[in-house]
Amino acid sequence: MTVAVSILPEQQLAVLNAAYGQAVARRRWRLLLGAVIFAAALVLAAVGAEVNLRTLFTYFGNFLSYFDRIFTLDNGQRVWTDVGEWLWGWRKWLRMLGETLLISYVGTLIGATLAFALNFFAAENTSPSSWLRFVVRRLLEFARTVPGIVFALIFVIAFGLGPMAGVLAIAIHSTGALGKLFSEIVENADMKPVEGIRSTGASWLSCMRFAIVPQVTAGYASYALLRFEINVREASVMGFVGAGGIGQELVVAIRKFYYSDVSAILLTIIVTVFIIDISTGWLRGRLFGKEARS
Amino acid sequence: MTAPREVDTAALRARYPDVFDRPASARLAMPAMIVTALAILVYGLVDLDFSPSRFFAGLSQLGWISVMMIPPDPGSSLPVYLKAMGETLSIALLGTTLAAVFALPVSLLAARNVVPSSVLRFPVRRFLDSIRGVDTLIWALVWINVVGLGPFAGVLAIAVSDFGAFGKLFSEAIEGADKKQVEGIRASGGSALHEIRFGLLPQVLPVIAGQVLYFIESNTRSATIIGIVGAGGIGLQLAEQIRVLEWQKVSFLILMILVAVAAIDFISSKLRFAIIGPRAVA
Repeated sequence: MTVAVSILPEQQLAVLNAAYGQAVARRRWRLLLGAVIFAAALVLAAVGAEVNLRTLFTYFGNFLSYFDRIFTLDNGQRVWTDVGEWLWGWRKWLRMLGETLLISYVGTLIGATLAFALNFFAAENTSPSSWLRFVVRRLLEFARTVPGIVFALIFVIAFGLGPMAGVLAIAIHSTGALGKLFSEIVENADMKPVEGIRSTGASWLSCMRFAIVPQVTAGYASYALLRFEINVREASVMGFVGAGGIGQELVVAIRKFYYSDVSAILLTIIVTVFIIDISTGWLRGRLFGKEARS
Repeated sequence: MTAPREVDTAALRARYPDVFDRPASARLAMPAMIVTALAILVYGLVDLDFSPSRFFAGLSQLGWISVMMIPPDPGSSLPVYLKAMGETLSIALLGTTLAAVFALPVSLLAARNVVPSSVLRFPVRRFLDSIRGVDTLIWALVWINVVGLGPFAGVLAIAVSDFGAFGKLFSEAIEGADKKQVEGIRASGGSALHEIRFGLLPQVLPVIAGQVLYFIESNTRSATIIGIVGAGGIGLQLAEQIRVLEWQKVSFLILMILVAVAAIDFISSKLRFAIIGPRAVA
C-alpha cells in the first residue's frame, strides 16, 4: 500500500514550521496570560472566601453521610422500606406545596400584568417619549436586579409574615424580568400595522391594542409560562424568610436535623418542579407550536 | 373616490369556512381559559389571605420604610461591607469555576454524540435534573450543616447547584457540535479520547467559556442572597440590617449590590466579546 501523504523536504518544512510557530506563539502567550490572571483571581477569591481545603477533606465524609442520614428513618431502616412512615406528613406537605404553587401562580400573573402595562413604555419603537422610556427602563432594571428574596425580607416586615409577602416579592421580580423580555418582543414587532392604524387617526392606545398586541401575545404567554416555572423554584425558598410556602417546613426540618423529613420534602419539591416543567413545556408546545418552545 | 365595494359575504363565507364558522370549541377555548385563570387567581388571593386592608396597611408601612431609607448611609461599617462584597464576588467566582471543572467530564457522559447508549445517559441526565430542581439556598443550608457557617459553604452550594445547570448546558453544546471533525480524527487513526480532545473540545470550548462567564455574572446575584441563610457574603449583612430595621444601611447595601452586579455585567460582557466574538454575547 502506498502512503498518500507526501513528506516535504527538510528545508521547506522548516520554513513552514517557523511560520506556524510564529502564528501560534502569539495566541499561546495571550492564552497563558489569561490563564495566569484567572489563576491569580482564583487564589485571591479562595483567600477571600475562607476556603479551607482541610475543612473540606475532614468534613466531606459528612456531606456523603448527610445523604445517607436523610435517607434513613428514625428506626435505622432505609426510607423506601416504609414509605408511609417516610412521607408521614404528606397531607401537610401537599397543602404547603399547593400554597407554593399558588404563590408562584398569583405572583407570576400579577407580575405579567404589570409588565404588560409597562413594556410598551419601555420599548424603543412604541414609547411615547424618551424620558418616560428611561424612567420605566430603570424601574424594571431595579426590580430585576434586586433578588426576589431581598424583596421578600423587606415585605415580611411591611406586610407581616405569610404568603402575601412572598407573592408580592415574586410579582415585583417577575415584573422586572418579564418587562424586559416583553419590550424586546415589542421591539421586534412589525411596525407597518401601527402605521396603518395611525393613518386612520387612531390614538396611541388603539395603535397598541390593534397593531402591536395581536402580534405579540403568543410570545408574551410563552415567556410568562417560562417565568412561572422559574417562580415555582423561587417560591419554594420564600419560606426561608417567613414568606409562605413549603420552604418554611424545609428550613425547620434542616435546622432541627429531622433527617428523613428533609429527604421527603426535597423529594416532593423535585417532583413538583419536574411536573411543572413538563406540563408547561407541553402547554407551550400546544399553544404556540414547536418554534415557541425553545 | 370610490365607495367601499359591496362585499358578497355569503361567497366569502363559503370560501373561507374556517375563518367564519369556527367550531364552538375553538371559539370558547380562549374565554374559558381566561375565566379559569381568573378563577384560580381569585381563589389564590383568598387562600393566601390577601385583604385590601392588610394590603394598604402594608403599602403605607412600605412607604414609610422607603422614606427611612433616604439617604443611604453605611454608618461606620463601610469596611465591613466592602469586605463582605469581596467575599460575595469570591464566592461567585470560585463556585462557578469549581462547577465548570466538575461538570465538563460529566456533561460528556450526558451528550448523545459521545455516549450513544441511552441506558447510560438516562441516569446521568436525571441526576443532573434532580440537582437543578433544588434551589441554591437549599444547597447552602445543607452545606452549612456539613462545613459550618461561613462563605465556604456558599462556594460549595453554588458549585453544586451550578454543576447541575452546567452539565445540561455543556452537554447541549456538545450535542450541537459538528461531527465531521470528529470523523476526521477517527479517520486518521485517533482514539476516542483524541476525538474528544481534538474534534469536540475546540468546537465547544468557546461556547462553554461564554456560558461560564454568563454564570459568574448571574451567580453574583445568587451569591448576594445565600448569605441570608448564613453562608457568608453581603447577604448576611443585608439580612441582619433588615432584621434590626437599620433602613439607611439596607438601602446602602442594596445600592452596593446593584453597582457590583452592573460592574460584573459590564466586565463579563466585554470579556465574552473578546473571547468568542460578538455572536455569543447575545
